[in-house]
Amino acid sequence: MTWWRTRGRTRALVTRYVLLLVVLAISVGPLLWQFFSSLKGPQDALYGSSATFFPEHPTFAAYQTVFEQVPMGTYIRNSLIMCLLTVFSQVVFPTLAGYMLSRQGWRGRGIFYWVLIISMMFPFESIMVSLYTQITDLGLDDSFIGVWLPGAISAVNVLITRAAFSAVPNEVEDAAMLDGAGELRRFWKVYLPAARGAMVVVVINSFIAAWDDFLWPFIVLRSEELYTLSLGLSRLAASSLSYDPRVTMAGSIIAIVPILVLFVALQRHFFKGVESGAVK
Amino acid sequence: MTTDVLAGTLATGEPAAGVTRRSRTSSRTRSRRPRPTSGAALYRPWWTPWLWVAPALVVIGVFGVFPFLNTIVLSFTDARPLGGGGDWVGMDNYSRMVADPAFWLAVRNSVLYAVVAVPLLVVLPLMLAQLVYKKVPAIGFFRTAFYAPVVASMVAVALVWQNLVSENGPINTALQQVGIIDSPIPFLSDTTLLLLTAVALTVWKGLGWYMIFYLSALASVPKDLYEAASLDGAGTFRQFVHVTVPGVRLTMLLVGIMSGIGSLRVFTEIYILGGATGGVGGQARTLPFYIRDVALDPIAGNVGYGAAISVALFVLTIGLAVASHKLGSKEED
Repeated sequence: MTWWRTRGRTRALVTRYVLLLVVLAISVGPLLWQFFSSLKGPQDALYGSSATFFPEHPTFAAYQTVFEQVPMGTYIRNSLIMCLLTVFSQVVFPTLAGYMLSRQGWRGRGIFYWVLIISMMFPFESIMVSLYTQITDLGLDDSFIGVWLPGAISAVNVLITRAAFSAVPNEVEDAAMLDGAGELRRFWKVYLPAARGAMVVVVINSFIAAWDDFLWPFIVLRSEELYTLSLGLSRLAASSLSYDPRVTMAGSIIAIVPILVLFVALQRHFFKGVESGAVK
Repeated sequence: MTTDVLAGTLATGEPAAGVTRRSRTSSRTRSRRPRPTSGAALYRPWWTPWLWVAPALVVIGVFGVFPFLNTIVLSFTDARPLGGGGDWVGMDNYSRMVADPAFWLAVRNSVLYAVVAVPLLVVLPLMLAQLVYKKVPAIGFFRTAFYAPVVASMVAVALVWQNLVSENGPINTALQQVGIIDSPIPFLSDTTLLLLTAVALTVWKGLGWYMIFYLSALASVPKDLYEAASLDGAGTFRQFVHVTVPGVRLTMLLVGIMSGIGSLRVFTEIYILGGATGGVGGQARTLPFYIRDVALDPIAGNVGYGAAISVALFVLTIGLAVASHKLGSKEED
C-alpha cells in the first residue's frame, strides 16, 4: 500500500468521526443542555452570555420543586397505566389475530385483511372528531378507558406478527399435528417462539407511542387527576406556576429519561431486528 | 395511523393499500400460486378463526373503519359534542368551509409545513444513514444516540426547543455574541418563524426514525457499484448522487410519503411552541389544530363543521400519497 493511500484512509476515517461528533452534538446536545440547565442552582445563569453549559452549583432543587408544584407522581403513574394497558392489548390481541391471518384455508381471511388495510388509510387526525363523539356516546370521555380503547389494537401490529408467523414452514405445523398437538398448543409451543423478535418491536413501539401521545388524551381527559405526563408537562409549562424555567426543564427531563432507559436497554434487540430486515 | 401503514409495509414486506407501489410481476405470481394449504385447516371448525381475530376485528372495525364513514355522515349535519344537534344540513358545512379564511390559513400552514419538511426529511436521514452505515468502532453508540430524539416524548423535546430558541436562549445568545444579529430573532412570536422552528423540531426528531429505513435500504445497494464508481474517479459526492440515490430511490419515495403525511398531522409542536392559541391570534394553526378548535370544545364545539374539515384533511392526505405515487412510478419508467 502506498503512503498516500494510507493517508487518504486515515483522513477519511477522521472526517467520518468529526461528522459523527457534529451530528451527535446536534441530536443529543439539546437534551444534555436541558439536563444540565435543570441541575443549575439559583446562582447559575440559565441564559445570556454568562451562562455556562455545566452547572457550577449543581442541585436537585428543581426536581424537588416540580414534585411540590404539580402532582408529578400522579402524572407518572397515569402514564404508566396507559402504557401498560396499551402494551398488553397491543401484544395479546394482534398476536392472536396475526396468527390466524397467517393460517390458510378459512373463509373471511381476505375480508379481515382488507379491514386492516383500509383502517390504516385514515390519519388519526381526520377521524378524531368521530372518535370523540363515539367515546362520549359510550360514556367514556374523561376516563382512561376512553383514552386507551380507540388505540388498543392496531392493524399494523397484526401485520407485523402475521409476517413473523408466516415464516414458519407448514411442515412444522403438520409435524406438530401428527404429534397430537391442538391448535392452542401449536400456537403456544411452535409459533409464539418464532414471533419473539416481532413482539419486541411491538412492545417498544406501543410503549413509546402511549408514553408520547398528546393530542388524543388532551381531547378526552379533563380531570387533572387523570392527566398523563405529557398533559401535565404542557400544563406546567403553560401555567405561571413555573416562573423558574429550571422547574419545567426538570419536568421534561423526568419525561424523557425513563423512555431513553427503556430504549437503551432494548436497543440491542431493536437494531438486530433492523439489520435482519424486520424493517425492510 | 397512515404513517403506520407505511411503517407496517416496511416491516412486513406486504403491499399496503393505495399508497405503496405494487411490484406488478411479483404480486401476480404470489397470488396466482397460493402456498399449499396445511392440513390443520381441514380440522378447524369454521368459527374458530373468527374467535381468534374477534377482538382485533371489533376494535379495528369500530375505531378504525367506522369513524371515517361516520365523519362523512357527520359533515352533513349540525351535530354538537356531547350529543345535541345532528340534523341534516346538506352542504352547509362545506360551503362555510370554502368561505372560511381560517380554514384556508390552516391549509396553507399545513402545506407549507410539508413543502419545507419533506425535502429535508428525504435527504438528511439518507446522508445520516450513509454516515453510520459503515461499522467503524463505537458506531453502535452513535446509532443509539442519533435515535434518542425519536424515542423522547414530543411535549418534552418541544419544551427543550422552546428554551433553546427563546429571546435570551442559547441560540439567540450565541448569534448575538458572534455578531450576526443585533437583536434577538423572534423565533416563537413571528408566525412564519414559529412554523419554521416547528418544522426544524419535526425534522430534528424525525432524523433517526427515517435513518433506520435508509439503513436497511443501503444494505441492498451492491458494494461493487461503489468500487466501480471510485475506479472511474467518482468522488464521495458523485458516488452519493450516482450510486446511493438510485439504489435507495424507492425508500426515498416511501420516506417522502411518510414524512408528507406526518407533516399534515402536526399538532403538538405548534401547541407547545406557539401556545394554546396556535401562534399569535391562531395564525400558525395547522389543520388538525383547527379541527380541534372548531369541533372539540365541549361548549362551543361544532362537530359537523369539524367533520367537514376532517374530510378535507383526508382528501389532502390521499392526494399527497397519490401524487407521490404517480411521481415515483413515472420516474421508474
